Amino acid sequence: MNATERLAQGFPDLSRMMVARQPHWMRWLTATAILAVLAVIGRAFANGQIEWSYVGRFLTVPAILEGISNTMIMAVLAMALGIVLGVVVAVMRLSSNPVLKSVAAGYTWLFRGTPLILQLLLWFNLALVFPTIGIPGLWSVRAVDVMTPFLSALLGLGINQGAYTSEVMRAGILSVDVGQYEAAQAIGMGRLRTLRRIILPQAMRVVTPPLSNEFIGMVKATSLASVIQYPEVLHNAENIYYANSRVIELLIVAGLWYLLVVSILTPLQMLLERRFSRGTLQLVR
Amino acid sequence: MTKPLVAIRSVSKNFGDFQALKQVSLDVRAGEVLCLIGASGSGKTTLLRCVNQLTPIDSGGVWLDGELLGVREERGRLHRLTERQIARQRLKTGMVFQRFNLFPHKTALENITEGPVQVQGRKQEDALAEAMELLRRVGLAEKADAYPSQLSGGQQQRVAIARALAMKPMLMLFDEPTSALDPELVGEVLTVMKELARSGMTMMVVTHELGFAREVADRVVYMDHGTIVEAGAAAEVLGGPREARTQAFLSAVIR
Repeated sequence: MNATERLAQGFPDLSRMMVARQPHWMRWLTATAILAVLAVIGRAFANGQIEWSYVGRFLTVPAILEGISNTMIMAVLAMALGIVLGVVVAVMRLSSNPVLKSVAAGYTWLFRGTPLILQLLLWFNLALVFPTIGIPGLWSVRAVDVMTPFLSALLGLGINQGAYTSEVMRAGILSVDVGQYEAAQAIGMGRLRTLRRIILPQAMRVVTPPLSNEFIGMVKATSLASVIQYPEVLHNAENIYYANSRVIELLIVAGLWYLLVVSILTPLQMLLERRFSRGTLQLVR
Repeated sequence: MTKPLVAIRSVSKNFGDFQALKQVSLDVRAGEVLCLIGASGSGKTTLLRCVNQLTPIDSGGVWLDGELLGVREERGRLHRLTERQIARQRLKTGMVFQRFNLFPHKTALENITEGPVQVQGRKQEDALAEAMELLRRVGLAEKADAYPSQLSGGQQQRVAIARALAMKPMLMLFDEPTSALDPELVGEVLTVMKELARSGMTMMVVTHELGFAREVADRVVYMDHGTIVEAGAAAEVLGGPREARTQAFLSAVIR
């Protein structure tokens, strides 16, 4: 006897019926409304006092291309410095040594507590405080020669970034299970090797999204270095509009370049995340 | 009488106000399988962790293979060893955890070769060959390239045993190795442990598997409130315990 024959009657067989698609009237309506608003705004800009031909012409002039390449060079180098500092400070903060702990906490406090633009100006004007830098009697240089816009921007952006990155890294390190430290210790690993081989690779999975966020922030924060004469894209755009007065056109040029760079970074983040999620997303994918 | 492989003498350990171990002394001879039983909070896991210094002791001493662990004696005072010296001492013991603690970002094979290659500086190809041999021994040769998340609990624990064995320890410590497993997976892990015991490995096993203890252990130690209540041959302690507390524990466990 079949098991189904003993079931109660009066329940129709639904197994062959399809689930009908829902009409999403509200979605169509709101989408249309938004497109209409965008069209009005777009029309306003098209008819406004903007010479779009200038935008097209200046989008690829050498000064702008050089500017965006300087922007990227600075963003990558300052972020690298920030990550190195961030890892070191996060590890110091998590150590049981009260001296290391206090130094780390003081660093984060100081550089998160003051505006980035102020820090950039301080680095750039360091010569006012220390006319010469060096070891007394052995070697010294004039601070004006050393504190170029490039180095000032790198130090200012990188050290400031380190203060933020250290907290991201600390969160990542704390997210790794205590059992991982114990397992590494049990096979005779020392603290540094445990950190490098076992803990950080697992922490990277957690910190990639916030670090990507920080990097996107960094790309745009480089524009602040325009105040200390670093020739990044906004600085160069400003120099051009000082000469030809096409202010809005050149700001749009710079804006388009920032948008393009950030758009490219998002798929890169996906690749990184996949790399660091080795072993954890295997079942989901 | 030959010197014991592990000598634990008057070891005490407090966690804040909680006395986890009170003046515990115990010997483990080479080749012996010792099972530690007792209720949770009785100190059996703490005692095990003191032997490979995951938990530093407050007072007393632990000797492994004649070497005092964690401290050195100099002019009547004890000085703590450095991190590096302690790491070197740990190489003599292998540890298997309740929650496996495999490295999730490494494959089964990489988990096993990590210690030999990174810590002991062995050649990659030698370590790989030995790791494959160990995986065969625990019956998981076909899972060499699987990540821990792709393995069942029982398989993960067997990889963890292989990882500990890869360091060629003289003593294996098991901290409730089957407690986190689904009931149908306990057998495969116990089988591997029995095979290991038969091969002559010295083992200290914290366990609730009294069947395993009865079958495999040379000696059973019953602990309660940070002290050893009763220790002796497995058949004696499990079959006819002398202490009232041991009797109460056993009758509560064997329903």
